[in-house]
Amino acid sequence: MVKEKLVLEINDLVVNYETDNGTVHAVNGINLKLKQKQSVGIVGETGAGKTTTALAILNLIPQPTGIIKNGTIIVDGKNMLTISESDLRMMRGKGVSMIFQDPMTALNPVFTIGEQIAESVRIHEGVSNKDAMQRAIEMLEIVGIDKDRAYDYPHQLSGGMKQRVVIAIALACQAKLLIADEPTTALDVTIQAQVLELIRSYREKYDTAMILITHDLGIVAETCDEVAVMYAGVIVEYGTLEDIFNRTKHPYTEGLFNSLPNIIERRSKLTPIPGMVLDPTILPDGCVFADRCSYVIDTCRTTFQKDIAVSDTHIVRCSRYQEPGFNIKRMIA
Amino acid sequence: MKGLRKERGSSGFWGEVLKEFKKNKGAVTGFIVFSLIVLVAVLAVFLLDYKTQITKINIPEALQPSSWKHPFGTDQFGRDILNRILYGAHYSLLIGLCAVTISTAIGSMLGIIAGYFGGLVETIIMRTMDVISPIPSVLLAICIASAFGQSLISLMLAVGIVTVPAFARVARASVMSVREEEYIEAAKAIGASDINIIVKHVIPNSLPPILVQATMRVASAIIVGSSLSFLGLGVPAPKPEWGGMLAQGRSFLNTSTNMTLYPGLAIMITVLAINLIGDGVRDAMDPKLKR
Repeated sequence: MVKEKLVLEINDLVVNYETDNGTVHAVNGINLKLKQKQSVGIVGETGAGKTTTALAILNLIPQPTGIIKNGTIIVDGKNMLTISESDLRMMRGKGVSMIFQDPMTALNPVFTIGEQIAESVRIHEGVSNKDAMQRAIEMLEIVGIDKDRAYDYPHQLSGGMKQRVVIAIALACQAKLLIADEPTTALDVTIQAQVLELIRSYREKYDTAMILITHDLGIVAETCDEVAVMYAGVIVEYGTLEDIFNRTKHPYTEGLFNSLPNIIERRSKLTPIPGMVLDPTILPDGCVFADRCSYVIDTCRTTFQKDIAVSDTHIVRCSRYQEPGFNIKRMIA
Repeated sequence: MKGLRKERGSSGFWGEVLKEFKKNKGAVTGFIVFSLIVLVAVLAVFLLDYKTQITKINIPEALQPSSWKHPFGTDQFGRDILNRILYGAHYSLLIGLCAVTISTAIGSMLGIIAGYFGGLVETIIMRTMDVISPIPSVLLAICIASAFGQSLISLMLAVGIVTVPAFARVARASVMSVREEEYIEAAKAIGASDINIIVKHVIPNSLPPILVQATMRVASAIIVGSSLSFLGLGVPAPKPEWGGMLAQGRSFLNTSTNMTLYPGLAIMITVLAINLIGDGVRDAMDPKLKR
């Protein structure tokens, strides 16, 4: 296999938030590699560190509480954590761009949407205001908004249209890596489908790599090549769509699937994962999922969990896979 | 391209504010009265002669009651009170507007810097403000007047400097809430610089409370300015500053009420008009009262 150029390489990233109530261990040593055109979905429940990871890629962890303790983040050959402030600004928007979660608040209410799309073009392409506006209007047409609306203010647009504007801003400079932080959570299902289709067709055109952050496994199945399942700041399972959906290994991933409605056995009850998300100020010695896991044994709580490669593409962080013959019980329908 | 905007009828935030302001009858009245006062003040400066009509002593006509020749009567030196009030309008307006401009400019700038950057910068700026704010404006005016001499400019400075902390606090609070908005994060994510973010995103969105504060403060600056003149610390004597005229009239309160009544009314009407405008601006910009 020819070694492809990596668009994103995260090595052993650790992010803490130092608060008055103690240190919150938001991200605890994650590794992630992303090639051109590739898309990876990061799934996990609220507080798993998904958004923190995304912000860390842009080096936008809220200061002064957020501290990147360890690790390197290399985007397109540049280390986002060590490059100069001006290089960093160039990388934001041009190298990596981000689609924000809530379109209602991600737009500035006092400027027209055209001006807001043009802003990013102006910053990165060094073009005149008029040309930037022209590009903004083109972008609006790409995301399917009539060009007349370029002079509208955010409050004159519906939620779905605002999200398209947010996407247009993110796409305007043709970044190599697109981070979509729950781009569809604020939208209803039909608009969701349109937005995902929009992102998909754009990525095909410009070969953009993407990180999709979501807790909707359905969206992941539809748009991603690979999946990272995050829990308490750790990637507990990583693999291709097939690996995660059909050859599930980690008990947490199993729990996620069990909490989804079963389309074949419609009468079956949902099986939620027992217990609560780990208190993020306490970092256990052993497995982060031990307290809620139904396969837990004593050594899980004391031994540091290492990544175990199940196949070339499939990695699981569960020490029980060192035991011969161990597997979770999940039935594949 | 501009035409497009008109066709679609997007009025934007300021258009909405103007529309709300127009609906408010009190505010419109205040605005009309205030415009008249400004007009009168400007005309008086050009049409009335300072030497012959404002300060010329004419003892035979001293302390006259209202008449056709002197509608508001005359003071103890025989000077026409109406002329003096008309001419004096520009002092009060200048003090009010300039003092507020000074304090808005300095105060908001400090507040925006403190609110946006936070940390040590914020601590230094805001604690300095805390030190300045308890100084009474009268005391500061005495200091400034004794340091730079008694003049209109030192009065403006005194009134302006005392209100700087108020603007710094309002601006800081406003910026702090805007700073947390997602569009600021989004602007950072597309690579905008701090200056760019402050100018394009932070200032326009944190402006409304600052503007409301500024309008309200004009009225109180006029009052403070007049009180300082009343105490003899403001505009020096022969100049017909309203507060100074009040002080003069005080000794003739029993015999010639005109000398205190009309300057007092002038101050009251001006301040009332400005406060009505201020209320209107506040209501028009308050998103909670809208729709």
